[in-house]
Amino acid sequence: MQSEISASEFGIVLLLLMAVIIYIHAAIRSRNKFKRWPAYRSVFWISGVFSIGVSLIGPLANQAHHNFIAHMSTHLLIGMLAPLLLVLASPMTLLLRSLSVASARKVTRFLKSWPVYLLSHPLTAATLNTGGLFLLYRTDLFVLMHEHILLYGLVHFHLLAAGYLFTASIIYMDPVAHKASFPLRAVVLVAALAAHGILSKLIYASPPQTVPKSEAEAGGMLMYYGGDVIDALLITIFCYQWFVFARPRLTAQKNG
Amino acid sequence: MFTNTENARAYANGKNRRVLSGRNLWSGVLFGVGTAAFVDEAVFHQLLHWHHFYDLSTSDVGLVSDGLFHAFSWFATIASLFLFADLRRRNAFWPQRWIGGMLIGAGAFQLYDGTIQHKLLKLHQIRYDVDILPYDLAWNAIAVLLLLLGAVLLWKTRQPAERTGS
Repeated sequence: MQSEISASEFGIVLLLLMAVIIYIHAAIRSRNKFKRWPAYRSVFWISGVFSIGVSLIGPLANQAHHNFIAHMSTHLLIGMLAPLLLVLASPMTLLLRSLSVASARKVTRFLKSWPVYLLSHPLTAATLNTGGLFLLYRTDLFVLMHEHILLYGLVHFHLLAAGYLFTASIIYMDPVAHKASFPLRAVVLVAALAAHGILSKLIYASPPQTVPKSEAEAGGMLMYYGGDVIDALLITIFCYQWFVFARPRLTAQKNG
Repeated sequence: MFTNTENARAYANGKNRRVLSGRNLWSGVLFGVGTAAFVDEAVFHQLLHWHHFYDLSTSDVGLVSDGLFHAFSWFATIASLFLFADLRRRNAFWPQRWIGGMLIGAGAFQLYDGTIQHKLLKLHQIRYDVDILPYDLAWNAIAVLLLLLGAVLLWKTRQPAERTGS
């Protein structure tokens, strides 16, 4: 076990701590202007940041450099679980609550702009998310990533950012400027889930160059079934949002 | 022996479920697909270990077909239950039609799995190192039986021929 902490690890700890401190600070401060910020959202945020932390530093992250099963665990954490937890913490709502009216308007205008619309569309988000995974495991990127620390950081940032973008494009916890219909989101969700399953079996069958066969098989199955578990959560929340949206409304009804 | 409110509820259900006959059908179909896929995964992959996660003869088309069906059935299981809850809260649940849909969904998935996926795309076989023919026949016979039963129920709960005027 290595005991000294490298500069990059120190930087990551600092960033993650800042993410938690800023969120909690905003949650407490915005209580004065609005009603109480629900505690469960803060719990989601802290758990999400913690998942990122576990996948980037510490024993599991160290193992991930030479063990494919550990590598896949960190990817489930940073690419799927952490994004879901962060989305559930509704950070954009908290941001808008914490800003002055003028700045909040600027943020909303930015969120309504067409580049954001394009980027946060379920199709774009799903392509960025699963496309990135196919690049990572079906090209030399996986081998290159372990040789260049900067590339390693970039790939992991992409996993987290694309994961967040995708999750936020499927379930709406924050105010959304351009809402996609339920059927469209359902189709994209199923397609992305299918691509994830297909990629896990491809990894099982023909792993990246440096990965031994037994590790690739266990890692592929972990990706397949682990992805299913987190996707089940995502599907359940998505369907629940439909259930609330489609509730019977008391309208004048013809009676016979 | 019904009280008045029970009578009124049953009467309303008779009307509501005809309006939402399609939702009853689809909720059932999705649940059937989900159930068949779940039994396939739990019994044949995990408990019996007859099916294989990946078979060396699996084709690329087979992988894509398997991936899509796995994802779809996973979504269908959860979505069908929310549709079911929606039918209940609208007092529009139609058990016969729902079960008819379920049998159709389960039979269709089973038949697709047993013919296209196992045989045509050679995804994996039902069981290895045995004479496969009786397994294939039993598998697909069950599928056809489910489809037939479902069709009977759907026929019994069909919408009356379109009435003009009222």
